[in-house]
Amino acid sequence: MSEQSPDEVVPEVVAPQVMGRHLDRQDGVEKVTGEATYAVEHPVEGDLLHAWLVTSTVARGRVVRVDASAALEHPGVEAVLDHESAPRLADTEDRELAVLQDDRIGFRGQVVALVLATSSEAAREGAALVAVHQDAEAHEAAFAPGSATYAPEEVNAGAETDTVDGDPTAALAAAPVVVDAVYETPHEYNSPMEPHAATALWDGERLTLHDSTQGVHPVRATLAPLLGLEPEQVRVLAPYVGGGFGSKGLPHAPEVAVALAALSVPGRPVRLAVTRQQMFALTGYRTATRSRVRLGAEPDGRLVALRHDAESQTSRIKEFAEQTATAARMMYAAPHRATTHRVAELDVAVPSWMRAPGEMPGMYAHEVAMDELAVATGVDPIDLRVRNEPEVDPETGNPFNDRRLVECLHRGAELFGWAERPEGVRARAEGDWWVGTGVASATYPMLWMPGNGARVRSVEGGRYEVAIGAVDIGTGARTVLLQVASDALGCPPEAIDLLVADSELPFATVAGGSSGTSSWGTAIAAAAQQFRADHGEHPDPGVATTATSGQYADMSGHSLHSFGAVFAETHVHRWTGEVRVERLLGVYSVGRVINPTTARSQLLGGLVMGLSAALHEEGWRDPRFGHTVTQDLATYHVAAHADVRDLRAEWLEEEDHLSTPMGSRGIGEIGIVGTAAAIANATHHATGVRVRSLPVTADHFLDLPALAPEPAGKA
Amino acid sequence: MRDFAYHRADDAAGAVALVAADPDARFLGGGTNLVDHLKLGITSPGTLVDVSRLPLDQVEELPDGGLRVGTNVRNSDLAAHPAVRRDFPGVARALLAGASGQIRHQATTGGNLLQRTRCVYFQDVTTPCNKRDPGSGCSALEGYGRYNAVLGLSEACVTTHPSDLAVALAAADATVVVLGPEGERRIPLVDLHRLPGHHPERDTVLEHGDLITAVQLPASAVARNATYRKARDRASYAFALVSVAAGLELDGEVVRDVRIAWGGVAHKPWRALLAEEALRGAVLTEDAVREAASAELAAATVTAQTAYKVDMVRNLTALALTRLAEGTGR
Amino acid sequence: MDVDLTLTVDGAERTVAVDTRTTLLDALRERLGVTNPKKGCDHGQCGSCTVILDGRRHLTCLTLAVAHEGAEVVTAGGLRGADGALHPVQQAFLDHDGFQCGYCTPGQVCSAVGVLDEVRAGHRSHVTEDLEADPELTDDEIRERMSGNLCRCGAYPGILAAVRQAGGAA
Repeated sequence: MSEQSPDEVVPEVVAPQVMGRHLDRQDGVEKVTGEATYAVEHPVEGDLLHAWLVTSTVARGRVVRVDASAALEHPGVEAVLDHESAPRLADTEDRELAVLQDDRIGFRGQVVALVLATSSEAAREGAALVAVHQDAEAHEAAFAPGSATYAPEEVNAGAETDTVDGDPTAALAAAPVVVDAVYETPHEYNSPMEPHAATALWDGERLTLHDSTQGVHPVRATLAPLLGLEPEQVRVLAPYVGGGFGSKGLPHAPEVAVALAALSVPGRPVRLAVTRQQMFALTGYRTATRSRVRLGAEPDGRLVALRHDAESQTSRIKEFAEQTATAARMMYAAPHRATTHRVAELDVAVPSWMRAPGEMPGMYAHEVAMDELAVATGVDPIDLRVRNEPEVDPETGNPFNDRRLVECLHRGAELFGWAERPEGVRARAEGDWWVGTGVASATYPMLWMPGNGARVRSVEGGRYEVAIGAVDIGTGARTVLLQVASDALGCPPEAIDLLVADSELPFATVAGGSSGTSSWGTAIAAAAQQFRADHGEHPDPGVATTATSGQYADMSGHSLHSFGAVFAETHVHRWTGEVRVERLLGVYSVGRVINPTTARSQLLGGLVMGLSAALHEEGWRDPRFGHTVTQDLATYHVAAHADVRDLRAEWLEEEDHLSTPMGSRGIGEIGIVGTAAAIANATHHATGVRVRSLPVTADHFLDLPALAPEPAGKA
Repeated sequence: MRDFAYHRADDAAGAVALVAADPDARFLGGGTNLVDHLKLGITSPGTLVDVSRLPLDQVEELPDGGLRVGTNVRNSDLAAHPAVRRDFPGVARALLAGASGQIRHQATTGGNLLQRTRCVYFQDVTTPCNKRDPGSGCSALEGYGRYNAVLGLSEACVTTHPSDLAVALAAADATVVVLGPEGERRIPLVDLHRLPGHHPERDTVLEHGDLITAVQLPASAVARNATYRKARDRASYAFALVSVAAGLELDGEVVRDVRIAWGGVAHKPWRALLAEEALRGAVLTEDAVREAASAELAAATVTAQTAYKVDMVRNLTALALTRLAEGTGR
Repeated sequence: MDVDLTLTVDGAERTVAVDTRTTLLDALRERLGVTNPKKGCDHGQCGSCTVILDGRRHLTCLTLAVAHEGAEVVTAGGLRGADGALHPVQQAFLDHDGFQCGYCTPGQVCSAVGVLDEVRAGHRSHVTEDLEADPELTDDEIRERMSGNLCRCGAYPGILAAVRQAGGAA
């Protein structure tokens, strides 16, 4: 075991005993009974106040005056905070988080006042009674073609904005076969089932926040300096979180709002649940993207040149530049390659992370383009991908850890019955449905976050307490980390009490970027191994070791990625154009699967969200007003149960000890990558209609020669 | 949500008298639409008169084979009723295509018919909407239009009526029994809802204080050989893009009688009388249905966002009637 | 305006002062501290607030509490047996990992209990081909009948398997 500093430990490989096997989800009973308590469900002491946000109705301008008189007359309303009366923040540089600090309005739906009342009914009505006088200025909210003109300094996750290798322009001009098309994805909304919510209490010295967040330490690290408090003065807890998918990965305005509210009423707990409608403006979203993809190839499908020029949009008050084209940099071999990112700055809500930012929209574009290339060259889509398999990472020149994309494709083809696929389009029908199949590749980088710590303590009766501030947002972290701790300590999971989701515990990074298990697990392995080194196999009760994980993952010597292949069978109704995904299969290479039960649920969940994006999700922003008008779950459709049919997720047996001591890589995001492309490709195969803009809706398929003549196959 | 008084009605006449006397009062039925609107701030009554427990919850089989459905019969119970399934399969299908299992337990027969539009601007009180706020303008005209009307629209309002049941009832020649301050009257279902014209704030011909107490369904061959088909953006739990309620009586291959009503295309359930007329006495073929539907759709006004509805509703009508003709489509 | 209301919640008679505006969901969650039913959308669009109300699955967010004086409410918490044992539907959700974050789960569980009752009672669904024949608990029937409960984690395959198991269909 090599120690880098007294408390920074790089762990050794953890031998699997409990890892790799089923272990019951540790919080299952609490969840199926509803006894698990989420952010606004914790019992409080003191006179509770309900907070309700009042939001702007212009997209750009100034708050002239907030007239709270009618609201304050409403029984139960105790206070109304506005930009003049709210407590001051110590730092207002981040305009998304500078809630109620000045009169500027940067987007429609921005927080302009907050009502505190003794009941939620009074709070809601109080909010309706607050009169906010606003001066509107001309705004720009349309992400129109050509509006993305500026190049950000870097894009999300610190990736380079543009890359060029070779001479792609000349190579494209000379290529025998060229695919050149524009692919669009709409604004998409994370829409976790538990709305963003928090309960906050300021006791005069300390702020306690029960938050719905993907990271208790990141929330503390952001809020404490913002509020002018020391980190020790802020405690964040998130024992149960009703989903996040990225939107709860970074603190957003509501967390600041509830903290300000609590500061204004010392000793009184304040609860804030953002309404479902408000979530569409205040809690982040996946920006719409527009990707021009150009592929130049030899007649046999071998790529000679590849360009991915990606456009997205962001809010003028805070930049978020989606890294849409980054996957194109490492996915396939092509001697001449270029990628660019350009962004439009608009007077709109602030985009943020949503499950696989970058890879999800980028691989949709890229993998539909590959399908178009397969059609153009007459090469089978799987063979096409195999022919373009790189030997090393084309971007860095580094070897891959263990790139098994081809095995995923071949294994998937076998499980799916790809060999029976008719070559031509509109070649198969069942009853009233055209039937088609499609495939796409998936990829997601292995991410490891520095700074995670864990504490191991021995307790009476031969038991151990393992503590880390990680959050289980439904991923199964509570269960999987217990398995890691069990193997790292060499004791059964029943002998361990795992403490999580509290900023009082050792530091943990966000449950995001599919980095949680890798980063937290490495820290637990480090602490457990150091504990054994310090205290042996038979420690006295009460002894403890806290360790911070040093870098285990070989991120400079190797290109660490996960891969997958997604297969879809879609049915398109010959009369209505309605699209159903009859079968969806994902085969993945993700390192060791620590818990097959929770892992399968994660991968299937990613496939479902990919299906949902393929067929349903579209945030429709009305540029005249500046906000998304499909702002609830009846008009912003996410997949319902009936949309999800035969789903299957499989993985290759493997262990990856370049990435983590557990042999695992992350699995939270790869399931959504490539899925929409596989479905779009399958609808093309079914109908001959190429839809280059998500979602793939029924109206695209009404002009088919579908009704006469009768299609081949059984009618 | 404004504070309001709550009264539970003991009898229908008393409920009508209470509401009629108070312009600020509203009936409360199952609540699935009204409570939603109270939260959204679309409506702010001072008094709610709860009629959901009035004993108008029976399906009565009439001597002539028809049905009288009490207004408080829940959507799920109506769909499950043996006589409805047997004699009015189009009505049963429409009910089952609507909302979710939970909501169908809650939603009442009368309340379902009085649902208000799901237009995103109607539901968002921060945007202009002539239906919600007369004279403020129509945001949907040049806004989000995927669910907009293509028939019978006006400059003032381009939205659609969301009920599935109402479409099936329009095709079933249903009559609505209304109790008003002046007594009881009957309104053919097809005349209950209005086109928007200059007054989109009025969804129906009902006056303040009018209470739907029952729906009557006459038995007929076209009601018995009937269906309801709905196209939507999600496989379940979604409002219609377009829908078709159809009933067919054949004499050999010739259409003796036919009913066609469309949902998702207009401010009201759209009874396609021109199409029906074109088909009566004709040989029922897919082409004949398409031609008939086209005749009805000649008056359609479409935009880039709604153009698909014309093709979709024509296709769906052809599907519904050809399958009914084959005897497989109920 | 305030009204006193008596409800039976998970077997216990409870009296609660509500505002006329209080929904049944908020009466349970905010006034009685019964947080088993969840608030996902507050507008009847997600199903997270589903309980068994007077014997049938029912949303509580679009339901005014004041209209349900004397009602019997069973939440996912109340489905447990007297000895605390899980209801077969709850056990099936555990067996098939029919959830991840758990937020929609109490509503899914209550809805599943309702679905099984409705199928036993012969209620048809949108996907029932023959309206005259008794429905069977096929996968398509389960999917359609459970569609009023959204799950953003995408646990539908596990939920399907759980309902199938609890219904004795497989």
